Amino acid sequence: MKIIYKKPEPITKTHTTYCPGCPHGIAHRLVAELLEEMNLTKKAVIVWPVGCSVFGYYFIGTDAVEAAHGRACAMATGIKRVHPESFVISYQGDGDLASIGIAETVHAAARGERISVVYINNGNYGMTGGQMAPTTLLGQRTTTTPYGRDAKLNGFPLHVPEMLAAIDGPAYIARAALDSPQHIIQAKKFLKKAFTAQTKDLGFSLVEMISACPTNWKLSPVEAMERIRREVLPVFPIGEFKVAKGVE
Amino acid sequence: MGEKILMKGAEVIAEAAIRAGCMAFFGYPITPQNETPEYFSRRMPQLGRVFLQAESEVAAINMVYGAACTGTRVITTSSSPGISLMQEGFSYIANSNVPCVVVNAMRGGPGLGDIAPAQADYFQATKGGGHGDYHSIVIAPHTIQEEADLMFDAFDLADKYRIMVVVLVDGLMGQMMEPVEFKDWVDVKKFKTPEWATVGQGDRDHRNIITSLSILAEGLEKMNLHLQEKYRKIKENEVRYEEYKMDDAEYAVTAFGTVARISKTTVDMARKKGIKLGLIRPITLWPFPTEIINKRAEQLKFFLDSEMNEGQMLEDVKLAVNGKKPVYFFGKLGGVVPTAEDILKEVEKHIEGGK
Repeated sequence: MKIIYKKPEPITKTHTTYCPGCPHGIAHRLVAELLEEMNLTKKAVIVWPVGCSVFGYYFIGTDAVEAAHGRACAMATGIKRVHPESFVISYQGDGDLASIGIAETVHAAARGERISVVYINNGNYGMTGGQMAPTTLLGQRTTTTPYGRDAKLNGFPLHVPEMLAAIDGPAYIARAALDSPQHIIQAKKFLKKAFTAQTKDLGFSLVEMISACPTNWKLSPVEAMERIRREVLPVFPIGEFKVAKGVE
Repeated sequence: MGEKILMKGAEVIAEAAIRAGCMAFFGYPITPQNETPEYFSRRMPQLGRVFLQAESEVAAINMVYGAACTGTRVITTSSSPGISLMQEGFSYIANSNVPCVVVNAMRGGPGLGDIAPAQADYFQATKGGGHGDYHSIVIAPHTIQEEADLMFDAFDLADKYRIMVVVLVDGLMGQMMEPVEFKDWVDVKKFKTPEWATVGQGDRDHRNIITSLSILAEGLEKMNLHLQEKYRKIKENEVRYEEYKMDDAEYAVTAFGTVARISKTTVDMARKKGIKLGLIRPITLWPFPTEIINKRAEQLKFFLDSEMNEGQMLEDVKLAVNGKKPVYFFGKLGGVVPTAEDILKEVEKHIEGGK
């Protein structure tokens, strides 16, 4: 019998804590596939965030640390600086990275820290029950924007890759989406470049992954993916915003 | 030990840490301790070690946390407002059981306060400061030489117990210059990555996970009990104090750090006047030298606790004395330093009052 599809080696044999239809599983799989393909599993230290993926270390079987909310890039910096041989990933959500941890993110990028950031944007605080995030779309209802996000009151969605692409430290910055097979294949290509930026010692790398939160969006998994294409991607377009020489 | 060199306290901290095998510094500028990171920034690259100026104290302590997870000797230094910003990180470090050293050159508070020497962070350092049931070992040197010696012990204790060690000094100790003799260099080539470190699984048959999280209460209780067991061992084995002219003392000053140093002069002045005064100086503020203070209460008529705050260590002294004898207090606030005469006057006032 020929194996045509299997669990990537670093994925552990356990049930995840994610809701039905949550794309965290897809993002985990992409990370795990690349760790295996690039022979990085045994070198990897993943810094997990506070948020839905707080238990990520149960699902991807590498050395791991659990950061305080928003501090993953700082913690990853500490590990990488004293132990450059380690392959350091910071896996963060949008509340964690773009709100409470934006300073740590921007400065890690500006310093060109040799870390790779997987940035999951689902437009709300999932674990705490669906509050407004910095990435919540205008007009979007959340538990703390019950009348819809109003630019006058709550400002505008934050475009992290576009911001980071404006600084010199990053070697690779991109935005992908996890809504469809073709976008997922593309997301993996982007993530591979992000990992390469670190293995080749080129600088900071980050891939934003547009994700869904069917539970808090109050949509079925399929409707949530459709909403990504219909409402989210026009505001958060897929693309590569910075590609340093050598990443390709 | 080498030759004696004249050095500023803030630089002694850095040089002693480097000799003690500190491989990485992460920190953010704040007065009155900037000479420490500046010294590190010159020396660390020369030795192939890490110096990084972080974007904030919040980031700095989380960089320390990350480096500590690799089992590397790591330090941050700051002063009161900066230390306040680090409290969240301290709490995470405590429940993650990772070793690191933090120096707080205390200045006057609360708020932005001033940049004069103070001791008003005693509560914060010894009682927690961050959330949850945790302690750090807190060491308070009273001379520059002791500062140099204790930096070595700070790293050893941190590694031994996988705990954060706070070296609590003040602006005065940072700015003062004294002749100092350093202990021998620790051979960092002998350092091995500890088996618990998160550096990538490599050849290990298991992976390492460092977290302060346990979502089930019973699991978190276990983590807490582990911490408490560790703290019990530390209390049993690591209490340090100095007694100065206590053998025949009828009265004792209790003080730490700068005030303890001043109080030694007070004791000498009192002795010249025929007053049998002594000093008990806690070197570890946590664990606190409760036993010796309780024991000395038998022979003394009273204690005078003196600090550059509103009476913070005073509470621990009173708990130790446990009502056996009066415990008086004399303090200066906001960065004002008491003189030896000030303290002696207080001692004499209470002797008079007791007659």
